Amino acid sequence: MSQVSPKNRFSNRALPWLVPITLLVVWQLAANLGWLSVRVLPAPYNIAKAAWALAASGELWTHLVVSSRRALTGFAIGGGAGLLLGLATGSFRKIETLLDTTLQMLRNIPPLALIPLIILWFGIDETAKVFLVSIGVFFPVYLNTFHGIRSVDPALIEMAKSYGLSGWSLYRDVILPGALANILVGVRFALGFMWVLLIVAETISATEGIGYMTMNAREFLLTDIVLVGILLYALLGKLADVAARALERAWLRWHPNYQPGA
Amino acid sequence: MNNHPNETAAVAASAPASGTALHIADVVKRYGEREVLKQISLDIAPGEFVAIVGRSGCGKSTLLRLIAALESYQSGVLHYDGDASDSRHDTRIMFQDSRLLPWKRVLDNVALGLPRDAKDNAQRVLGEVGLADRGREWPTRLSGGQRQRVALARALVHKPRLLLLDEPLGALDALTRIEMHTLIERLWREHGFTALLVTHDVGEAIALADRVVLIDEGRITLDLRIDLPRPRARGSAAFAALEERVLAEVLKQHGGVPAANPQQPGEEPGDHSLRRTVDQVRWAV
Ligand SMILES: Nc1ncnc2c1ncn2[C@@H]1O[C@H](COP(=O)(O)OP(=O)(O)O)[C@@H](O)[C@H]1O
Ligand SMILES: [Mg+2]
Repeated sequence: MSQVSPKNRFSNRALPWLVPITLLVVWQLAANLGWLSVRVLPAPYNIAKAAWALAASGELWTHLVVSSRRALTGFAIGGGAGLLLGLATGSFRKIETLLDTTLQMLRNIPPLALIPLIILWFGIDETAKVFLVSIGVFFPVYLNTFHGIRSVDPALIEMAKSYGLSGWSLYRDVILPGALANILVGVRFALGFMWVLLIVAETISATEGIGYMTMNAREFLLTDIVLVGILLYALLGKLADVAARALERAWLRWHPNYQPGA
Repeated sequence: MNNHPNETAAVAASAPASGTALHIADVVKRYGEREVLKQISLDIAPGEFVAIVGRSGCGKSTLLRLIAALESYQSGVLHYDGDASDSRHDTRIMFQDSRLLPWKRVLDNVALGLPRDAKDNAQRVLGEVGLADRGREWPTRLSGGQRQRVALARALVHKPRLLLLDEPLGALDALTRIEMHTLIERLWREHGFTALLVTHDVGEAIALADRVVLIDEGRITLDLRIDLPRPRARGSAAFAALEERVLAEVLKQHGGVPAANPQQPGEEPGDHSLRRTVDQVRWAV
């Protein structure tokens, strides 16, 4: 066992924060010295104040809840469909032959290019936003699930069959766990993409949500609130990433790459 | 790895009656145009330990995979206790790579394919291979030798009557191999299954087997009975002579000198070679 000294551990923890904190201090000083116009870039302190005011009035939470609900609904629909279809095409040649070519063609359409069509179909209400997110997260989950199933070690499948596993038990004990690492890569990618798509959707049109909050603030030249919105998106993106990593750590405990000390 | 098993008594009580009798006659296996097995005939008695040796690519694994029903064959007869199929699923195979499921803990790997309530059984067999205290571990945390012992336990927990071993020790270091030899021999004696071991190590074959069968280019070219008393001391002159004899046969140029003991149809396998061997051994000593 290699022992890390407490001092060393502290500097390892603290070191990554050195640059951001320095930047923040410089930024604040620059604002205080009048080098930065408040219109262009308000001081960190002012942004924090604006965030505090929004949180205190409850406005922040309303927008946060609305945005998160859109994102998660879209993720559940698109990701769920991607997972199911990926499992189906990965597991059954017939279904692959039937669907894969179509899906590979559709995959080349950037989801953002669909926005005009989506507005035509759904107008600019909730459905349009959820639909855009769903489409966007579908493909990363689908492709990685398909690939994951296909790359399960055939030697393990052969072994399991010779030990009497078949059907659902083969799927549960061998194929799904074997594909899981890949599936989670897709999930992580999708979670990142989910917020990007939501930002675009909410920026185009919304009457609630973080995107609405920032666009509204822009009209009134409230740069501090715009920055609060941007930081909020960053925070949510980070949160999604942390969640994905937690899933990986929980479900891939067996994997040498995810074991503590690895 | 000094946690050697010591639970002989517990095992003997639950050992199955005997091993499978295997009858292989004129089996031909082709991959496309290539004939990998050319009329292989081999009879193996219940509980016998047979080692198959031969150059890389001569068809050893293929033969084992046919017997394990992992592969089909073009013609010939393959009988398990006189049945055309291993209807009781009494055959288990162990591969060179342990093929443990990395996402299952060691104990769950051993219990693979067993009913849920068979964990105790799995734990007991894990003890037999000397890994009683490693059940909660992930397979990736084990050494190569330990992984193979887990794979062995996974096979044994099904109480196989025919155990097929495809170079199971090929990737292990010399010391671990010798430990594994002792373990395999002991378990074979206690459980009474028929064992078919593919190996490229002639010494290993002679140390463990009742009979050593040499395959060359898809044919059996030697079927040698090993009558040394067990446990076998590798240092003995008789051992060395047998090893020499098999090696000489392995190294013989293809197509040149005719094979020493092409098995005749209808002939009792092994008998002929036995007499020759004894002569040769005497001569060698
Ligand atoms: N699935 C396969 N398809 C085609 N050829 C194969 C296949 N498996 C094995 N062979 C060929 O059969 C021959 C015997 O292979 P194998 O039984 O694995 O040899 P070994 O004696 O080394 O175990 C080799 O020439 C190999 O290339
Ligand atoms: Mg082989």
